[in-house]
Amino acid sequence: MLQTSSNQLPVTASGLMKFVETTEGRLDILQHIDLQVSSGEAVAILGASGSGKSTLLGLLAGLDEASAGEVRLFDTPLSSLDEDGRAALRAGKVGFVFQSFQLLSGMTALENVMLPLELAGHKSPEQAAKEALSQAGLAKRLHHYPSQLSGGEQQRVALARAFAPSPKILFADEPTANLDAHTGERVAELLFRLQEQSDTVLILVTHDEMLARRCDRRLYLREGRLEAEA
Amino acid sequence: MNPLHLALRLLRRDWRAGELRLLATALVIAVASVTSVGFFTDRIERAMERQATEVLAGDLRIESNQPLPDTFIQEAERRQLQQASTLSFPSVILSKGATQLVQIKAVSDRYPLRGHLRVRDSVTSPESITSLLPGPGEAWLEERLLPLMGLAIGDTIKLGQSSFRISRIITYEPDRSANLFQLVPRVMIGLNDIEKTGLLGPASRVRHYLLVAGSPSQMSHYKTWLEQLNLSGIQIEDIRAARPELRLALEQGGRFLRLAAATAILLCVVAVALSSRRFVERQSDTSALLRCLGAKRRQVGQIFILRLLSLGVIASLVGVLLGLVVQALLIHLIGQWFTSQIPAPSAWPLVSGLITGILVLIGFSLPSILRLSEVPPLRVFRRHLGAPPISYRLFLGAAIISLGILLIWQIGDDLLASQLITGLLVGMAILLIVSRLLVHLLAPLRNRTAGSWRYGLSSLSRNPATTSVQLTGFGLGITVLLLLAIVRVDLLSNWREALPENSPNQFLINIQPGEVEGVRKLLIEGGIKLTGLFPMIRGRLISIDGHQVSLDDYDNPRAQRLSTRDFNVSHATYPQSDNKIVSGHWWSETEWNEPWFSVEQGLAETLGIPLGAELVFEVAGRKIAGRVASLRSVEWDSFNVNFFVVGTPGLMLDQPATYITSFYLADEKRHLLHRLIQTYPSITALDVTALMQQIRAIMDRGALAVESVFLFTLAAGLIVLYAGIQASHELRVQETAILRTLGLSRRRLVISALLEFSLLGGLAGLIAAVLASAISYSLANAVFNLPWQLNFSMWAIALLGGGLGVGSAGIIASWPLLNTPPLVVMRKM
Repeated sequence: MLQTSSNQLPVTASGLMKFVETTEGRLDILQHIDLQVSSGEAVAILGASGSGKSTLLGLLAGLDEASAGEVRLFDTPLSSLDEDGRAALRAGKVGFVFQSFQLLSGMTALENVMLPLELAGHKSPEQAAKEALSQAGLAKRLHHYPSQLSGGEQQRVALARAFAPSPKILFADEPTANLDAHTGERVAELLFRLQEQSDTVLILVTHDEMLARRCDRRLYLREGRLEAEA
Repeated sequence: MNPLHLALRLLRRDWRAGELRLLATALVIAVASVTSVGFFTDRIERAMERQATEVLAGDLRIESNQPLPDTFIQEAERRQLQQASTLSFPSVILSKGATQLVQIKAVSDRYPLRGHLRVRDSVTSPESITSLLPGPGEAWLEERLLPLMGLAIGDTIKLGQSSFRISRIITYEPDRSANLFQLVPRVMIGLNDIEKTGLLGPASRVRHYLLVAGSPSQMSHYKTWLEQLNLSGIQIEDIRAARPELRLALEQGGRFLRLAAATAILLCVVAVALSSRRFVERQSDTSALLRCLGAKRRQVGQIFILRLLSLGVIASLVGVLLGLVVQALLIHLIGQWFTSQIPAPSAWPLVSGLITGILVLIGFSLPSILRLSEVPPLRVFRRHLGAPPISYRLFLGAAIISLGILLIWQIGDDLLASQLITGLLVGMAILLIVSRLLVHLLAPLRNRTAGSWRYGLSSLSRNPATTSVQLTGFGLGITVLLLLAIVRVDLLSNWREALPENSPNQFLINIQPGEVEGVRKLLIEGGIKLTGLFPMIRGRLISIDGHQVSLDDYDNPRAQRLSTRDFNVSHATYPQSDNKIVSGHWWSETEWNEPWFSVEQGLAETLGIPLGAELVFEVAGRKIAGRVASLRSVEWDSFNVNFFVVGTPGLMLDQPATYITSFYLADEKRHLLHRLIQTYPSITALDVTALMQQIRAIMDRGALAVESVFLFTLAAGLIVLYAGIQASHELRVQETAILRTLGLSRRRLVISALLEFSLLGGLAGLIAAVLASAISYSLANAVFNLPWQLNFSMWAIALLGGGLGVGSAGIIASWPLLNTPPLVVMRKM
């Protein structure tokens, strides 16, 4: 496990736990997770369905609150921030790519990419969005709506949207799971190319070993505990 | 980030995706119904104000018993105002050896400046509007003069030193209506003919009038100029009060119109609330994504609120435009009644339309939309995480405040508005309780039934919140639609019946006690139905509870007038059929000799007469004192003979009285009136047929206008139906796809949907019938003062109509789901 001074690490988690109370008692989803991710590093988190991968991603991105332990993004403990504080921390610095693309259906590709730029107060969001789409190979698809794009193209729009504000961290949740092998491969290539170019931390949740192998590190989530590759 | 920019972009997106069409349509209908009625009533009220000036035949009337200075006319000309002169005096006409006291009216060119004269060319010819005036040597006579003096058109009458040929019968002159019951018959001649009659001596009782008309600002300046002259003996009148009978008819019509608009608002707010709920469900993903991308809660809230307000403004503007078109149609329907041109629409209804749209959104959409900023960002991973449930306190508070403002403002009647809101709230509470009970009762049935029944029942019981929302929405919608039916059919026909075809159109006054039996016999033999001949005693009110009645005691001009004039007091054993005792009690047979009065409620309020007060009247030099035993409401627009003050027979029987009666006289029986006047020349006959025709025309066209506005309510009802069905759409999409994938046949799915929606609709209809009956009872009694009866057929119609209507609408809405391949649906999930 990478050991670096925490004030230089974009993402750290220590003693992270998530459990829920059910009628049959406490259900532990995540137990004592410790994680440090360095700048520019790509980390894959693998695990079976229901192992808690997405829950961990949500906690690391500040979308959910941990039952115990702490997550720090850019050395800021998320527990010290309220919802709005966490949102402000994400704005422009954290990007997301989802399995189901999460594009707004009534907005064009360009408008979808402009959205995080506008939220981050970017000076020329349209220009930056066009560049991002161009890098994703979609320069001719700027004004197409999601329904007019193929699955692969939609995910490329999602990648352009994620990278357009030059985030420091990108959280990706099964980004190729909804795509066929060939399209998935092309999307993965684009993902890693953009990640390398921007020196962004990538935390990728997947069950695809092939995809995970492209990362610097692979971690396995088993019975709520995070284990490094054997 | 510019939230407005983003909000507008998202709004454009929503519109393209059809997300907001339901909400926008409901808003457009609400605003259109409010603005069409607003524009319409605003224009009619201003037309009425203008028409009120007809009472003077001009905008301003200057009156004096001396010839008016030429400077008045010169100044009016200088200010480019229209002007006409008239003069009036009592005189005697001679014909065929008989003489008759008449009121001569001499008129100049351009008379009347406001309104029109109406005439008949002969006794039998129809009445027509004319712009002509009596030519040189011509006289126009009031009809009753002809039988009185045995005259016919073409005969000659002598007035002073001149002779005049009778060329027409005058039936209506606008400035006559201010004094409808003028006793002496009218003769109209040209002003240029007056001098040669030689009747204008220094001692003649001539009243000189100058009529002036122009724009309101011109008139205001001219009036100020006149008043600055400070001339004595000159009266300046610019009365703005139309005849009370017409005003009452128009007010009632206006009340119906506003009620129609209110029902449309009520339905639209239900539709807005339902569609907002669905909007929140469908926008939760957007909210979560925005939060995920770094938008703060406040920013997300701003984006959705700005989006909502932008939609409100756009939909309201569309509604205002639609309202403008509809009001033009309404004006076309009713406008013919107005003799003067109806003023153009003012800007106020436009503003009020916009405010209405925004208020509806704030009250019924905002509390739901605010929840969107609370959607957890984690929803991007966990789709089951949605917006938190709505705070009922916030929802009810916002709804009551905005609906209260809207209804009180739009209806202009606190009582009606509070009744509607209370009815709606009680209805909502009942519907919510019943829906919870329904879910509770249906749950065990799911396991005891099979097939379509099981799926249908389980659809109702598995999601209590959606079932509650649907049942409440359908129930409120059907309640308002039933109210519409009751108001349209029952209240409107009752209103029309308030002035039936055979309402009295003739008044006979000044009948001497010795003539009463003869008149009664003559009329009854002529087939006339009489309600009675009523004694009429002239008396002046001199004190109330020992306090001398004086003009100085009152600020109100009406009270000042009443305090100085003679009253027509009557006595009766029983109250008139259209009178209602509002406080105290009417005297019984044993109390006929008590010294008691019954006073009309309006008069009592104006003059400050409390129940139990001691009144003293002076009748023919004698003082008559009595206590006020009751206050009555009187239907003045019924055209029955009515009195402000009625005494007990014991108190008033010995006082000198003449008699009065009213009756309906069909056109073919007009000869009877001629015979009566010839037999009893001292009796004065007054014909109010023209006035009644005007009122009836207002009622008929008013009813048509109300029905036109009700079309909005109907459209709003359909929107509620659609919104209610859409409330469970998302869930239904998923379930239908899964059930079809698992092999459930389309037929069984159709039957289960039919059962689910029919049960909901039928139950909503039944509860709605109870609510509508209660609200209509309250409206008929407290607001419209009309009879009411329980309508059981409406209950059956509501039950069956609700079941069938909602059932079939549910099937129609579900049909596309049944015909879409399940795989397509599943991919979208």
